[in-house]
Amino acid sequence: MERTFLIKNPSVMIFIALLAVFTIAVTLLSEGLGTGFVSTAMVKTLGMTLCFCLIAIAMDLVWGYCGILSLGHFAFFGLGGYMIGMWLMYARTEDIVIASLAGADLPPTDQEIVDAIGTQIFGVVGSSEFPWVWAFADSLLIQLILVVAVPGLLALVFGWLAFRSRVTGVYLSILTQAMTLALALYLFQNDSGLRGNNGLSGLQNIPGLAHVPQSVLSVWFLWASAVALALGYIFAAWVVSGKFGSVIRGIRDDEARVRFLGYPVEAYKLFVFTVTAVMAGIAGALYYPQAGIINPAEVAPIASIYLAVWVAIGGRGRLYGAVIGAAFVSLLSSWFTGGRVPNIDLGFYTIEWVSWWQVALGLSFVLVTLFAPKGIGGLFDLLVRRQTPDRHGADLGPDTGSLREKEAET
Amino acid sequence: MSTLLEVSGVSVSFDGFRAINNLSFNIDEAELRAIIGPNGAGKTTFMDIVTGKTRPDEGQVLWGETSTSLLRLSESQIARAGVGRKFQRPTVFEDQSVEDNLLLALKKNRSPFGVLAFKKSIDDAGAITKLAEEIGLGDQLTRKAGELSHGQKQWLEIGMLLAQDPQLLLVDEPAAGMTLAEREHTTDILKKAAETRAVVVVEHDMEFVRRLDCKVTVLHEGSVLAEGSLDHVTQNQDVIDVYLGR
Repeated sequence: MERTFLIKNPSVMIFIALLAVFTIAVTLLSEGLGTGFVSTAMVKTLGMTLCFCLIAIAMDLVWGYCGILSLGHFAFFGLGGYMIGMWLMYARTEDIVIASLAGADLPPTDQEIVDAIGTQIFGVVGSSEFPWVWAFADSLLIQLILVVAVPGLLALVFGWLAFRSRVTGVYLSILTQAMTLALALYLFQNDSGLRGNNGLSGLQNIPGLAHVPQSVLSVWFLWASAVALALGYIFAAWVVSGKFGSVIRGIRDDEARVRFLGYPVEAYKLFVFTVTAVMAGIAGALYYPQAGIINPAEVAPIASIYLAVWVAIGGRGRLYGAVIGAAFVSLLSSWFTGGRVPNIDLGFYTIEWVSWWQVALGLSFVLVTLFAPKGIGGLFDLLVRRQTPDRHGADLGPDTGSLREKEAET
Repeated sequence: MSTLLEVSGVSVSFDGFRAINNLSFNIDEAELRAIIGPNGAGKTTFMDIVTGKTRPDEGQVLWGETSTSLLRLSESQIARAGVGRKFQRPTVFEDQSVEDNLLLALKKNRSPFGVLAFKKSIDDAGAITKLAEEIGLGDQLTRKAGELSHGQKQWLEIGMLLAQDPQLLLVDEPAAGMTLAEREHTTDILKKAAETRAVVVVEHDMEFVRRLDCKVTVLHEGSVLAEGSLDHVTQNQDVIDVYLGR
């Protein structure tokens, strides 16, 4: 079984090999464990990029394979980040508080420690009480469970309501945007219990690992992200290669037909939506300790739209396309917005890439959708001489998310 | 022989237009039936009601020995209960191979977890090969369904219906766009299927209906106008007036 799976999916082996080479190379060039050619900040950027690749795979599953254009998956990414962030912040503040109270004449009681942690964390929002959402913040295990449980549960409830009412196409996309916007607005409130627009910070300091320098920690997180990405890729490839993949591609192209074959379409959509939300949550939980800070702006609607842009530019409906798109666009984006790209002086106007980058990205998105629907992943088709069918412009199914002529293979 | 499907007193209207008007219809467990009628007689709406796509305003649709009502079931539940439907235009999964199309239709566990754990057995492969040969696509298994000709797609869809192994087959204009030889083959397949199950064929083409050689139901303005052998109904004065006489 395992052998046939790998033979049927040669991209899995190639992908894992390339990912391993990349991770080992970065490790050997890092400041912490290697020659120091790659800065710690760069290692973190690369690690975070791998997390983006993981959520892009989730997006490809839900959009490229199942035809659900979700524009809300960054809500799940952010929730995963918040869940791990709560433990990171609590445990680290606890360490600091215990250290500062150690010099006192009387040893502090447990309640005093908890109160002091509360004052430290919630001082910025004018409070010192722990809101109920922090009930388990002192337990790493429970917060790790919540990393998958909270995004999964939200996706389950949201998806159940939406799919049961047969909301599809652009209406569903708008609904998912509304969901992530509502979450962002809720988190922006100071009394949401997650420090309002301050968000959670200092997440790069891992409690109990204070003696490990950031240069080494960054490499550890790079490896953790790479392993998660590899597992996510194998899982997604396994899901789409079998009969399940056949069913969800059927749903993408012609949902009504799948229903008349006796498949409970809504259950399949709900399954895919929830599983991908969990993947997004895990990606977020690995991302934010590297980013160091999470705030409600991270789950703003635009983030999820970017995710769709990555997958579209990389090439939807193929897993490596999503990975390439996410890596390429997000790295390019951080290069442009980082102010390291020389401005173009036109004499009468200077193009500053920091602000013009978004225009360039938007334009390339439109161009890719119009003229190269296969995205960057389509370049591999030139190598293997994969051909698209000549259907005189007809899509492969009646549904809005169905595969287009140029995306298909003969 | 006992009744498989019993539709009684069903009415449905769309924006005031009565598409189905107090329609009653029965079919036995192993029977071939043709439904004819002019455009707008309610043939497709009738199929929509039986398959759960349209909910009637009144009346009941009872199914099987236990006489369960189909009106409370969803489309996929009705399909799993044993109602298979072939649409007017061929609808196959064009981006997937002939083999995958047949595998999707093959009667197996339909739940997400069941499908996730599914592994194709040698029996399944054998069943698919046999079906593909029956519908004349034995050497096309690996081809994408989108590449097939119109007639081949029609057959693939019939093959998918047979793979579902339904107790009731609803077939909408199976012969549309087929050559004479293909029509004869289609007639044979349908007649053979009707030996073990109920088959309802909606057809415009009188010649094709004659070849099916079965009981005919004539629909007009959403209700049954006449029922009987083809010769019987074609001599009915009402039928001649509304349908044949034009």
